[in-house]
Amino acid sequence: MTIPTIIGAGLIVIGAGYGLGKIGSSAMDAIARQPEAAGKIQTAMIIIGALLEGLAFGALILGNN
Amino acid sequence: MVTIKKSLHLLAAVLFAMMPAVSSANVDPVQQGDTVHVEQTAIAVETTEHEASHGEEHAEKSNDQFVKEYIDHHLMDDHYYSFFGDKELHKHYGFALPIILIDNGLKVFMSSEDFVYKGKVVENGGQYFKYYHGKIYEVDGPNGEIVYDAEHHPTNKMPLDFSITKNVAGLFLASLLLFLGFTALAKTYKNGPNALPKGIARGLEPLVIYVRDEMAKPNIGHKYKQFMPYLLSVFFLIFLLNLLGLTPLGLNVTGNISVTVCLALFTFLYVNLSGNKDYWKHIFWMPGVPVPMKIVLAPIEVLGMFTKPFSLLIRLFANITAGHSVVMGLIAVAYVMQEALSTPGAIGISFFLTLFLTFLEILVAFLQAFIFTMLSSLFIGSAVQEHDHH
Repeated sequence: MTIPTIIGAGLIVIGAGYGLGKIGSSAMDAIARQPEAAGKIQTAMIIIGALLEGLAFGALILGNN
Repeated sequence: MVTIKKSLHLLAAVLFAMMPAVSSANVDPVQQGDTVHVEQTAIAVETTEHEASHGEEHAEKSNDQFVKEYIDHHLMDDHYYSFFGDKELHKHYGFALPIILIDNGLKVFMSSEDFVYKGKVVENGGQYFKYYHGKIYEVDGPNGEIVYDAEHHPTNKMPLDFSITKNVAGLFLASLLLFLGFTALAKTYKNGPNALPKGIARGLEPLVIYVRDEMAKPNIGHKYKQFMPYLLSVFFLIFLLNLLGLTPLGLNVTGNISVTVCLALFTFLYVNLSGNKDYWKHIFWMPGVPVPMKIVLAPIEVLGMFTKPFSLLIRLFANITAGHSVVMGLIAVAYVMQEALSTPGAIGISFFLTLFLTFLEILVAFLQAFIFTMLSSLFIGSAVQEHDHH
């Protein structure tokens, strides 16, 4: 593992973390505004969260090699 | 009567909740005496990188290294089903699995502890085989050695390996359980459309309906029925394998990249083989954009075809692998921190951390199965969708 890979993987994880926080906060706002749509919002939130998570894990695994 | 039944249920639930604690048996149970330096064990020999594969060699190894190697060993596939090991006696408790090789014809023999952990050479049909780092190599004779190149990679010939490994055994177990559960569920519908399932099937029915109503119907549309068998299989297989990984059986099937590659490949084939004209048109000749843009978009869309299943496989593999390493690492706290915290303190801390994390892992087990099925149905939906606007 070289220094640039570590920094690159770290940057990607920071980005993914920021994205996850943004999704979470927006979903919270949306649920507070429309509690009856909570189920649908949650599903959409989890899907986008999973996509981001895949990105972060991909970075970690590629950075590890 | 009711109270008796209730307390039985409670007992069963408590026992089930205690299962992760029992899995600490997977980390060496007889490690009480010398904590700083331990003799190199059979397991350590098997997993040590860049070291000779002789079981007789004794090297000093610290506790931390031992734990690390044990976790690495757990995350790998194995040709011998070992539940736990005895470090001092160099013994593994488990059962042998059949080895199936194709090398000048079919070679079938049972693996043994000596073959997998102690580097014994096995003869079958006039050929000699030796085990090294989870792979089987062909050697010259009964005392044949593995020849290494400059980077310490073996140069011996490798026969084609179709063995029933630990993961394959785990997959068989999961399929058997699924088969039994769903036959029970299917049988109840013979008694009429409103018959109530009994036993384990009653727990499966709501999950089937959940997959249908929350994933298949909203994402695929009215054609959802033909894809239900695949979505249900994939959901229940992943969910059950994830849960089996949390039991003391020591399975790590969905944390093996070959298994997740295979599952993602199925989704890839399913999406692309059921794709309609619109789907292919959107990939190669995106409608509604200028011609230069169409040319630019085509390679990006083709790349997208492959990145979707790739992210599916990486997500499942990485989540389960990370979960298993963290749980095993926390169990290892009981051994590593023994000197600093005294034995009861170390075991107590390790117990509570592991308990907490195992509950989280149950959530992750469900979430990963959900996500895999959800995204699969989303991709299938995008492939079979009909567009009205052109």
